[in-house]
Amino acid sequence: MLEISALNSFYGKAHILNDLDFSINRGEVVALLGRNGAGKTTTMKSIMQLVHPKSGRVSFDGADITSLPSHKIARLGLGYVPEERRIFSDLTILENLEVGRQKARKDAPVWTVEALFELFPNLWERRNNRGKAMSGGEQQMLTIARTLMGNPKLLLLDEPSEGIAPVIVEQMAKTILRFKEEGLTVIISEQNLHFARIVADRAIILESGEKKFDGTFTDLENQPDIRDAYLSV
Amino acid sequence: MGLFVAQLLTGLANAAALFLVASGLSLIFGVTRIVNFAHGSLYMLGAYFGVMLMQSLPGAVGFWGSIVLSSLIVGAIGIIIEICVLRPVYRAPELFQLVATFGVILVIQDLTLMFWGAEDQLGPRAPGLKSVVRILGEPIPQYDLALIVITPFILLGLWWLISKTRVGILVRAATQDREMVGALGVNQSWLFTGVFFLGSALAGLGGAIQLPKGGADLLMDLNIISAVFVVVVIGGMGSIVGAFVASVLISVLNVFGVAYLPQSTLVLMYVVMAIVLLVRPYGLFGREEKAGEHGQAGEPDRPIRPAGVRGRLFAAALFLALALVPVFGSNFTQVLLTDILIFCLFAASLQFMLSTGGMVSFGHAAFFGGGAYAAALLVTYADSPMELAFLFAPLAAGLLAVVFGWFCIRLSGVYFAMLTLAFSQLVWSLVFQWYDVTGGDDGLVNIWPSAWLSGTTTYYYFTLIVGVGGIIFLRHLIHSPFGYSLRATRDSARQADATGINVTHVQWAAFATAGAMAGLAGGLFVFSKGSVFPNELEIEKSFDALIVVFLGGVKTLSGGVVGAAFMESVKDWLTRLEYWRLILGLLIIGVVIVAPAGIVGTLRGLSERLGLRWTGETTR
Ligand SMILES: Nc1ncnc2c1ncn2[C@@H]1O[C@H](COP(=O)(O)OP(=O)(O)OP(=O)(O)O)[C@@H](O)[C@H]1O
Ligand SMILES: [Mg+2]
Repeated sequence: MLEISALNSFYGKAHILNDLDFSINRGEVVALLGRNGAGKTTTMKSIMQLVHPKSGRVSFDGADITSLPSHKIARLGLGYVPEERRIFSDLTILENLEVGRQKARKDAPVWTVEALFELFPNLWERRNNRGKAMSGGEQQMLTIARTLMGNPKLLLLDEPSEGIAPVIVEQMAKTILRFKEEGLTVIISEQNLHFARIVADRAIILESGEKKFDGTFTDLENQPDIRDAYLSV
Repeated sequence: MGLFVAQLLTGLANAAALFLVASGLSLIFGVTRIVNFAHGSLYMLGAYFGVMLMQSLPGAVGFWGSIVLSSLIVGAIGIIIEICVLRPVYRAPELFQLVATFGVILVIQDLTLMFWGAEDQLGPRAPGLKSVVRILGEPIPQYDLALIVITPFILLGLWWLISKTRVGILVRAATQDREMVGALGVNQSWLFTGVFFLGSALAGLGGAIQLPKGGADLLMDLNIISAVFVVVVIGGMGSIVGAFVASVLISVLNVFGVAYLPQSTLVLMYVVMAIVLLVRPYGLFGREEKAGEHGQAGEPDRPIRPAGVRGRLFAAALFLALALVPVFGSNFTQVLLTDILIFCLFAASLQFMLSTGGMVSFGHAAFFGGGAYAAALLVTYADSPMELAFLFAPLAAGLLAVVFGWFCIRLSGVYFAMLTLAFSQLVWSLVFQWYDVTGGDDGLVNIWPSAWLSGTTTYYYFTLIVGVGGIIFLRHLIHSPFGYSLRATRDSARQADATGINVTHVQWAAFATAGAMAGLAGGLFVFSKGSVFPNELEIEKSFDALIVVFLGGVKTLSGGVVGAAFMESVKDWLTRLEYWRLILGLLIIGVVIVAPAGIVGTLRGLSERLGLRWTGETTR
């Protein structure tokens, strides 16, 4: 569904992604693992063209999206949930959801505001509040819900478990598993190996913008040296 | 009591046009982050189109129809500007966008002159609203009352659009984080164009709707723009309600000012603004700006190096050639070169704070004119010798810069620029209106140099030595530890702070230095001309300096000097052409889009490709 080949991205002169290759199949949940600064966020931004790769190719459903503007990529069905959440804090929760709204797609689960409030009941209670006064967990739910309003086929979740309470993390894991049931393809960037193992089918490990591992969690367990070298446990 | 109410009502009616223009500017800024300097020009176009249409469409329907139609036409012109001029520079630094909109001002000025001629156009009166109503015995024009009724409806309409519709939600979201809006599938280009249409249409509406009160003339663009800036700064950039409240405040203040403090109407507005900014730096309804919140990192600047051997030899040869000019050149050449040198020093002082300090000032003329006036005042009132008055120029300008700088450096980016502009307007209005002391429009005359410095050639040498000395001083400063600290604060205030640099002090000192050097240029100026007039303090003067720095090359050291020399030399020839503004405007827009590195940057790029080196080793 998503194929990345020989991707190179820079910030100014700093070379961040180094000939990155991987691919994602429809219906898979893949965890992108790696330490702080490994390049997980940059990978996601490069897919969305929020960072413009110098070379390499990203294709989605067979079409080259490397030179498309972000909004067209989003409209093709890629939903991006940024690590920093980037809630529109001057807008109410309902208005935040409205920004993400897009037409329904035949080949992806269709979300409505009602369905999302069912998924995240906390949001319903605060639907007319502004994004300012929200806890980390609520913000995370809102960002996910906002992106789902675009009815994506592929969800890019950047560190959804970061900085939120353990109870909510658990809830988040259930939610992601539910996305999988609904047929959504998900790439989730994580530092929390435990969380990743619960939700994902496959792990890709990055270090300094290079792919160091690509396989199942069982494979990973059989190679503890890789885990120790590239993940902070 | 009656008079009081009448004045209040006049103020409220005057607020209409101001609010429309300011809300348009604010809206455009909110989403695109561009301060559209040409917004006053769109207002002017609205007025001209309004007059033209009203002459051909009869009756009340024709009158109101013309207003709406002019607004739509101006909105369409806004779309053209957005697509042709601004789209190519959205990713460029703020300053480039601003300079591009200066270019648009010049182009529109000349196009208006071309189509409608130089004569002021009388605004038609509104059919059915031509007489007055007596309120508490005072005559109030019916049209004023109509405006007072209409404006809140426009506010309401805008409020509804912004807060209740999907478009409004997207606009507000984009105001906060436009990249994220794009990542959620919204086409920013259309959003930008739409907002530009709306903002421009509002300016056009303002221009047309004020016709029965004011008419149309070629000065209205710059006349309104500084008031509009004051309004958006007071109200808060991006806030429609803020624009409304501040428009009413400023208009009412002006009316009462005219009645009770006729000498200080203009000053009053800027004083109020300064007070508001002191209490609320982002305006009454604005929200705090976090610079570079979600920006992508750009190309790093090339390191700045002192001139190498070749560069130094070139500069020395140039100096020698200039020193020899009186031997060969005519009197006229020397006068022209004196002007050029003065302008070069002025531009170099701006470039110092702008390029090295990252502080984009829109009001640098305050220090140039301030220095000139300080010297002139001393000569006029204290009969001071020229030498003393001349030294007083940079001192006074430096002191002025210390005071203004204290306010300005607390802000950054657009807010900083606006505040510098407002302060320079404050000085201008003070000089312009304080007739008894400054002579107002008549200026101060008979300010001549001492006997040992008089004569074209002698004064030329004096200017050459002081001017070049000043420029060299600034260059040395850039390569001194102070210059390094200043650059560090420009690149990242936070990191500079972490390395132990007192960011506030460094920026403040740079601001004051730039002001003092501009004052030095002003001192040279006043004694070369023998007089000074308020136009040395005008917005145009500040813009001139910005434009030459830009043309020369923002990211170079010598850009200001080269740009000033280039501009001052061609100006004499260019201004003889009827439509020189059009040419200059197009040139500016062209440079912004095609050669943003400016003259020096582009030439350097070319010559380096040929293998020539102009600079010494890197210093860091
Ligand atoms: N805007 C930026 N400008 C310059 N360098 C950046 C920028 N953003 C990230 N980097 C650098 O790029 C590298 C990769 O960062 P990235 O954010 O992709 O890592 P990450 O794997 O997402 O880390 P984390 O787990 O901390 O989120 C890091 O070395 C980081 O310092
Ligand atoms: Mg990250």
